[in-house]
Amino acid sequence: MEISAYKGVFVFVEQRKGNVQNVSLELIGKARDLAEALNEKVYAILLGANVSDKANQLIAHGADVVLCVDAPELADYLTEPYSQAVCHIVNEYKPSILMLGATTIGRDLGPRLSARLQTGLTADCTKLEISEEKELLMTRPAFGGNLMATIVCKEHRPQMSTVRPGVMRSLVADPSRKGEIINVTVPFNKDKFRVKLLSSVKEKSEMVDISEAKILISCGRGMGNAECLSIVNGLAETLNAQVSASRAVVDAGLVSHDRQVGQTGKTVRPDLYLAVGISGAIQHLAGMEESDYIVAINKDKHAPIFQVADLGIVGDAKLVLKQLTERMKK
Amino acid sequence: MNIVVCIKQVPDTTEIKINPTTGTLIREGVPSIINPDDKAGLELALRLKDQFNAHVTVITMGPTQAEDVLREAYAMGVDRAILLTDRKFAGADTLATSHALAGALRKLDFDLLITGRQAIDGDTAQVGPQIAEHLDLPQVSYLQHLEFDGKKTFTIKRKIEDGYEMLQVDGPCVVTVLSGAYKPRYMNVRGVVESYSREVEIWGFAQIEVDESKLGLVGSPTRVHKAFSRGVKAAGELYEVDANEAAGIIISKLKEKFII
Repeated sequence: MEISAYKGVFVFVEQRKGNVQNVSLELIGKARDLAEALNEKVYAILLGANVSDKANQLIAHGADVVLCVDAPELADYLTEPYSQAVCHIVNEYKPSILMLGATTIGRDLGPRLSARLQTGLTADCTKLEISEEKELLMTRPAFGGNLMATIVCKEHRPQMSTVRPGVMRSLVADPSRKGEIINVTVPFNKDKFRVKLLSSVKEKSEMVDISEAKILISCGRGMGNAECLSIVNGLAETLNAQVSASRAVVDAGLVSHDRQVGQTGKTVRPDLYLAVGISGAIQHLAGMEESDYIVAINKDKHAPIFQVADLGIVGDAKLVLKQLTERMKK
Repeated sequence: MNIVVCIKQVPDTTEIKINPTTGTLIREGVPSIINPDDKAGLELALRLKDQFNAHVTVITMGPTQAEDVLREAYAMGVDRAILLTDRKFAGADTLATSHALAGALRKLDFDLLITGRQAIDGDTAQVGPQIAEHLDLPQVSYLQHLEFDGKKTFTIKRKIEDGYEMLQVDGPCVVTVLSGAYKPRYMNVRGVVESYSREVEIWGFAQIEVDESKLGLVGSPTRVHKAFSRGVKAAGELYEVDANEAAGIIISKLKEKFII
């Protein structure tokens, strides 16, 4: 493999029903950093049916070139047509780096691509940077978040990684940014299209994306009952905050899964993370420790949550929240 | 109907603790288990066995002690167990692992190949789809439920972020199963006793016909550059005061930080 022939930082842009997902904009933001360190360009791979009008949005967020495949075969995400389209682009354009969101789409497509392209893929990276040798250093948690590992892919290209939503930050859109839009035609091999999509069902009418919230009040086992939750909801309303929860509270059915923070839930980094009755299992900490300011209230002064908290209160979370709500209302 | 289930022996990461002063892992005494997603996949296979009289083979790649998870699978009710083990496989990343497993799977006849979505020690969710690609089979990941028509067609519920998709595919195909999809059955007492007399087939490099350059550390495009503990963040301020005073402290801090 002629490594030096591979250039450019490519982002697979995820769109669902024509809406570009935030994670893709976050990746384009990160791609700018990497591309500048490499002195290369940022390419956005936009796949779908009737999606070409999204190209300008990608340029405004930092892409230099948008490679657009607008084809009826790509109307809905399915592994094989999407794999064929991305592989075609990789073979034509030879990227040095290819990033995908670590979503149910990116984590389905990424490994299929890595096997087809015979290159490495590093999942769920929390940090991406360029080394002095101009290689991509990919840092990710392992052992349930207990250990961090920095991975390199020296002799294969593209260097592929997935990143979870909320980990990187998107750039503020600049509508005056200029970029190039290239329409790409893919010669599909339809004999390989063996999975059929029968239907796609949305389960939640009221979707909340806690990773977008500025303030999160997060409840743990210690607040896991209806009375405590109503206090939390009251304070959330006063502070204009969203409510999130640890796994225990979600498993108990008190809070829906889309509000779960942690290794098996979402990664969040709000301005304020108020952890109430959360002891702070490693899996939970992995999902919130990057928050700007962390306040924790817990009865147990040895609770691990206090190791990451900027401000810790040892005490009864229920009583403290009641006081807090009362004072905030004034 | 023939089903193969890929399982992995993993340390129970929920039992791993961190030494708070040094920030290093405490690995001693951490039990090994069947990876939860894989175990749900095993349960799916056994339900298809109950319903359609499917023949279930289980395969794991790992060191010799990974035989334990195969015995456990026997005790749950599988028909055949294969341990894929060889020094040549050591140090494999996901791609090299998938090449070794795909090599073994080429020797087996199946209508459905089941893997877990991801293993709790790595959380990559990569090996299942990579195997599917090597074997040129269709894949459906994040399986929440599966229906089989008794002939060759599978209807699969795939869980996604804000809902689910219903997908249809004919066997042979690869599915990756979520741990919440099927509650694994318990081992039965007779099964546990008998599992020790059942044969665990040992396969190695000689059995799989895969180019050595694709296996183990040599065949791994990714390398660990460095590994480190998360480190210990400098402790913040900790107050042990009554609720009223606590509320006051929180409010003044949040004002100081311009959060409220």
